[in-house]
Amino acid sequence: MTEAVELANLTVRFGDFTAVENANLRIQAGEFFSFLGPSGCGKTTILRTISGFIEPTEGAVRIGGQDMRGIGANQRPTALIFQSLALFPMMSVADNVGYGLRVRGVGKAARDRKVDELLNVVALGDQGGKMVDELSGGQRQRVAIARALAVEPQVLLLDEPLSALDLKLRQHMRNELRAIQRRVGITFIYITHDQGEALTMSDRIAVMNRGRIEQVGDGRTVYDAPDTGFVASFVGEINAIPGRVSATADGYAALETPLGVLRGRNPKGLAVGATAQLYVRPEMLLPNPTAAENSLSAVAEEHAYEGNLTHLACRAAGLRLTVLLGARESRDPPAHGAPIALGFAAADARVLPGD
Amino acid sequence: MRSSDGHIFVLLLPLLVIVGFALMALVDRRRGHLAGPGFFARNGVGIGLYLLLAVSFWTLLVIVLPQLFMVEMAFRPKLPPAATGGPRDVYTLENFRYFLYGSTTSTAAWNVTHLTAFWKTIVASILVTAGNFLLCYPLAFYMAQMAKAARVRLLLLLLIAPYWVNEVLRAFAFRVILGTSGVLNKLLLGAGLIDAPVDFLGLDVGLYAGLSYAYLLLMIFPLYNAIESLDGRLIEAARDLGAPWWRIHKDIVIPFAKPGIASGCTLVFMLTSGALAAPLVLGGPRSLWFTPIVYDRFYQAFNWPQGSAYAFILLLTCVAFVLAVLRLGKLSLGEITR
Repeated sequence: MTEAVELANLTVRFGDFTAVENANLRIQAGEFFSFLGPSGCGKTTILRTISGFIEPTEGAVRIGGQDMRGIGANQRPTALIFQSLALFPMMSVADNVGYGLRVRGVGKAARDRKVDELLNVVALGDQGGKMVDELSGGQRQRVAIARALAVEPQVLLLDEPLSALDLKLRQHMRNELRAIQRRVGITFIYITHDQGEALTMSDRIAVMNRGRIEQVGDGRTVYDAPDTGFVASFVGEINAIPGRVSATADGYAALETPLGVLRGRNPKGLAVGATAQLYVRPEMLLPNPTAAENSLSAVAEEHAYEGNLTHLACRAAGLRLTVLLGARESRDPPAHGAPIALGFAAADARVLPGD
Repeated sequence: MRSSDGHIFVLLLPLLVIVGFALMALVDRRRGHLAGPGFFARNGVGIGLYLLLAVSFWTLLVIVLPQLFMVEMAFRPKLPPAATGGPRDVYTLENFRYFLYGSTTSTAAWNVTHLTAFWKTIVASILVTAGNFLLCYPLAFYMAQMAKAARVRLLLLLLIAPYWVNEVLRAFAFRVILGTSGVLNKLLLGAGLIDAPVDFLGLDVGLYAGLSYAYLLLMIFPLYNAIESLDGRLIEAARDLGAPWWRIHKDIVIPFAKPGIASGCTLVFMLTSGALAAPLVLGGPRSLWFTPIVYDRFYQAFNWPQGSAYAFILLLTCVAFVLAVLRLGKLSLGEITR
């Protein structure tokens, strides 16, 4: 596979503020790639640097192997879908979609054909004559996608395009975006702070925090095998138990914690004596285990019933732990204040450097 | 109809206008266009009455009545005071005839001087307006979309400060700069670029510069307002789709700012065509602007009816022209006041 976009030692500074620090990344052609992180983590800056609205302070952006330095936003083989969509209110839907072709001097007949084709792709075949403000939120979304696809970009950049939609529509558009990407086969680079969006749509995810890329991997890797405490706690829910490494063996570490000695994987190779956190997902904490590598006793507190599953909050040695109960186990949840035994496998926990 | 009856018409018409507006408001309320509490319920009786009186005083006494008197006077003959109200005091078109033919009775020859001045005024006003737009658009765009807030404040101050100076003084400043022994000529002579002073005022350079400058702000502000409300991301979106800078202006900024452009151009055109100070102070000996002619009807010829007719012709032509242009641009009057 060829790489569509490469970030090489990319650093972007605004005055004293470093928005992106030394980012290195290769995004493959045809990949659905997401940048995931909290607001202000630099993900939008990366997107705007790729699209050409921001020049890198250091390092380079390469698209299709070509260094983009000095190439303006209007010359790059990218198309950007804005968070606000930025559809042109003074133009009809068809004129919006055809705008990129018009400025490229494509003749009217060819333009109309392409616009019709794209409106069909996004299921807006009969809406071309309408004005933008006559459409619903989801339809506008699709116009923005069609407008960006019209210029046949090598890379489509999407800046949290679903954040303005309501939940149902958002879930629907997730599937639709993914389907459109498969159909057109070009590289999608997607920015979001919503881990659900990133996990369901992406081939790979880069998790960002404070201008740095913390981890790159597919959804399963990022969720199951986080490299840092930030990735562990930002992607999904997780329990963090602080302690000190007391022994290491075969890629595992034993951690002395307020809840006793607990064992987990040691992917960072922490040495004995290092302060660390043990991370374990709520769904990996099992109530009343028969035989577990790690066991601890806690006191049940309140529980939140969510239909298919139940969140149970527990307390152990002053730490708050969350346990996820399946529908069957939650028929008879422990009462407030009742003691509960919890256990988890060492392979399901990760010991990572403590912050 | 005897023209002394005209005073009744002049007083009755504003009343009819008021009744008309009241009826329109009533109909709107019936149809449910206007919801919520009534005017007095909203503002209280005291403030409501004050607003009503203040607005009617302003519109009627300051704007509507003088204009109506002027229109009425335009259709009356010039008579010695003794003959006023006498048998010769009837409505007539002789003032308009004079504008066209230079005589109140004969239609043998055209009134070339006045007609030329009139058309020259209209055409020059269009050119001044267009020039003003070309001058102000880049500045307004820079202020509205590109400059930082502190820079915008500084620019606004620099733009406004000169207007604290009286209009006539500002016009004289151009004389000082552009006169045959003025600053510009001295500079050019000193630099050896010219051998003899250039008569900028005689070439009407001063007149056009003064006129453009006089109403610059009235072009800048509507443009600035309109462009400022444009979402900058639309510009980025167009750029991202491959549009070069001039296409972004042609396709995105100007269509969006059209109401502001129309508003600014209308203001500048109307005020330029009716400007008096700049043509009087800066007009070259050969240039004859229409407004000084109107002024002369009143204060040199003491022919108030004729002056009224001339002013009325100018007003009507300008309004018709503006409405026609708005129609071409597919804009309604309501839009330019947004």
